[in-house]
Amino acid sequence: MTGTLKFVQGNEACVEGALYAGLQFFAGYPITPSTEIAETLASKLPQIGGKFIQMEDEIASMCAIIGASLTGSKSMTATSGPGFSLMQEALGYAIMAEIPCVIANVQRGGPSTGLPTKVAQGDVMQARWGTHGDHAIVVLTASNNQDVFNITIEAFNVAETYRTPVILLFDEVVAHMRERLTVPEKNEIPLVERLQTSVKEGVDYHPYLPREDGRLPMSDFGGVHRYNVTGLYHDMWGFPTATPAIVDGLIHHLTDKIRNNVHVITKFKEYYLEDSSTVLISYGSAARSALHHVLNRRKRGENIGLIELQTLWPFHGELIREKCKNARLIVVVEMNLGQLYRQVKMAVDRPERVFLANRVDGVFITPTDIKNMLRLIQGRGV
Amino acid sequence: MAIKDWIRERFFPHIWCPGCGHGMVLNALLHTFESLGISKNEIVMVSGIGCSSRISGYVDVHTLHTIHGRALAFATGVKMSRPDLNVIVPMGDGDALAIGGNHFIHSARRNININAIVMNNRVYGMTGGQYSPLSGYGTLATTAPFINIDHAFDISRLSMAAGATFVARTTTYHTKQMSELFKEAILHEGFSVVEVLTQCPTYFGRKNKAGNAVEMIKSFKNNTTQIGSKAKEQNPDLIERGIFLQKDLPEYSREYDKVIERAKTKKR
Ligand SMILES: Cc1ncc(C[n+]2csc(CCOP(=O)(O)OP(=O)(O)O)c2C)c(N)n1
Ligand code: SF4
Ligand SMILES: [Mg+2]
Repeated sequence: MTGTLKFVQGNEACVEGALYAGLQFFAGYPITPSTEIAETLASKLPQIGGKFIQMEDEIASMCAIIGASLTGSKSMTATSGPGFSLMQEALGYAIMAEIPCVIANVQRGGPSTGLPTKVAQGDVMQARWGTHGDHAIVVLTASNNQDVFNITIEAFNVAETYRTPVILLFDEVVAHMRERLTVPEKNEIPLVERLQTSVKEGVDYHPYLPREDGRLPMSDFGGVHRYNVTGLYHDMWGFPTATPAIVDGLIHHLTDKIRNNVHVITKFKEYYLEDSSTVLISYGSAARSALHHVLNRRKRGENIGLIELQTLWPFHGELIREKCKNARLIVVVEMNLGQLYRQVKMAVDRPERVFLANRVDGVFITPTDIKNMLRLIQGRGV
Repeated sequence: MAIKDWIRERFFPHIWCPGCGHGMVLNALLHTFESLGISKNEIVMVSGIGCSSRISGYVDVHTLHTIHGRALAFATGVKMSRPDLNVIVPMGDGDALAIGGNHFIHSARRNININAIVMNNRVYGMTGGQYSPLSGYGTLATTAPFINIDHAFDISRLSMAAGATFVARTTTYHTKQMSELFKEAILHEGFSVVEVLTQCPTYFGRKNKAGNAVEMIKSFKNNTTQIGSKAKEQNPDLIERGIFLQKDLPEYSREYDKVIERAKTKKR
């Protein structure tokens, strides 16, 4: 990979990724530990003719990026726990109205104001189910700056491909850690641009009639096609309806377009799974310690491996079951009370093999923590 | 173009009750569009949730029907991204000033070129007649079955204090004035607020024994007066109609060009 070498924080790596992906509009409200994303974009976006606006709150920020996206601008916001809670209603709107946009939630300790400056991974389920009603959502994460950069680009690509909001679920450690980042040359990483309708002016355009492949070609607001966008159940013109067959069709379209592509959307990394009797499953900054532990134990000849998930939702249960089928012990390493752990337990055969190694006290989980917890799980004492 | 060419006939009949004032606002707005001679493709209507907010769906422009109270925030995204478009935001009194009150004052403060229309029927129509921040002291509502002890906002004074640069009021009795004010507001460069006193005969009317739709409309003739009229001096209780404020101040989405210019030359 050729490109520019930088030494940056995770939050700045996210900004670099967003700009690489073609971000044009950002709306946000300051909150630790995500604030550097807003601050950096306040400086960088206008330099390339993009727009940055600090809104009156996170609700407004989420709404503003949806409005901007409808006019054709790639848009994002960034926040943390309390702000992410405020965004939930508008997030559901973006799902229902199928508006591409990206939301970075840099997790901190919760609930409530919680631990503003400390690390946690407690928003995994909120990212999945925070907004009301049945729905599908894409949630991506990463454990180091290069991956934060790449996954942010991926978030924009997925948002455009499936016309859906995509959540970047980072955490305080990844966001504030300084590391090397190589920003590749333009065109090195493929970008997905908005699929525009080929329907000509004056011909009846159906904004909500999916193509055979499930994708919805768009027409930007301000363009030649005028249509209605709503958060109510709607027909192919975007007009509100409660006709049962249309409602049923739409809820299935909204969930199927993500579910049916779980194998395409899912990104993960695997280390030494071939011969591993112990498999760790982790994500975000916790996966750094998990990997560290795996490398340590490998040096001592232990058959231990790691799956690092970068796509948390949709959750690829089949993949996890397959990858873990020969493991005697499966240990989910995360900084919450077992949010992904429960998901893994449901996915695998013989769920009694699945254990949790976690920390929820605002302190980063270390390789030593993991080592000690594994010894306890294996009944060997610390 | 004929007025009916501005309408999406496919979406009729509309959802409003017979005698509801919201249809009269729609009619006045269509006349405004017709008289302005702007193209449909240049207009974006953004609305929230409420009987009033349904107005956007019926008009053949770009229409964004959003969530309760947040229309101005969505509209801000549209306007910042495409400053060349005319962005019009019709809202109910609850939508604009209860749940959406924060977005309302901040949009006014920025002086972003968005035309806010507040369809003030002094009630939550869509949810069945609860009191709104515009119902006023002493009124009745399903959630104020004995007496409403909440005081009402004065939308014009609030808008002016918050920084709006065009502020006006009219009623559904004064449909010609309504069209004219809409026109002035759309031509104005900056955040404009036009409050329209309108009737909800189904809930506010019935609960407060304000009469049927016709009687409610007539009451707007009797309890309002043109700004600065003699009648107001004699009867201070009369509600004033007309333009309260119209001033030129830098507009937000254009001001951002300055940010871009400075950013590009790295000037602080
Ligand atoms: C977050 C949220 N809270 C409550 C509601 C329920 N709700 C829908 S419309 C409305 C009030 C509408 O009143 P107003 O804005 O005055 O419009 P009107 O119907 O009177 O025209 C309420 C409370 C909602 N849709 N969303
Ligand atoms: S309930 Fe009131 S505001 Fe709603 S449509 Fe009926 S009359 Fe109009
Ligand atoms: Mg109302």
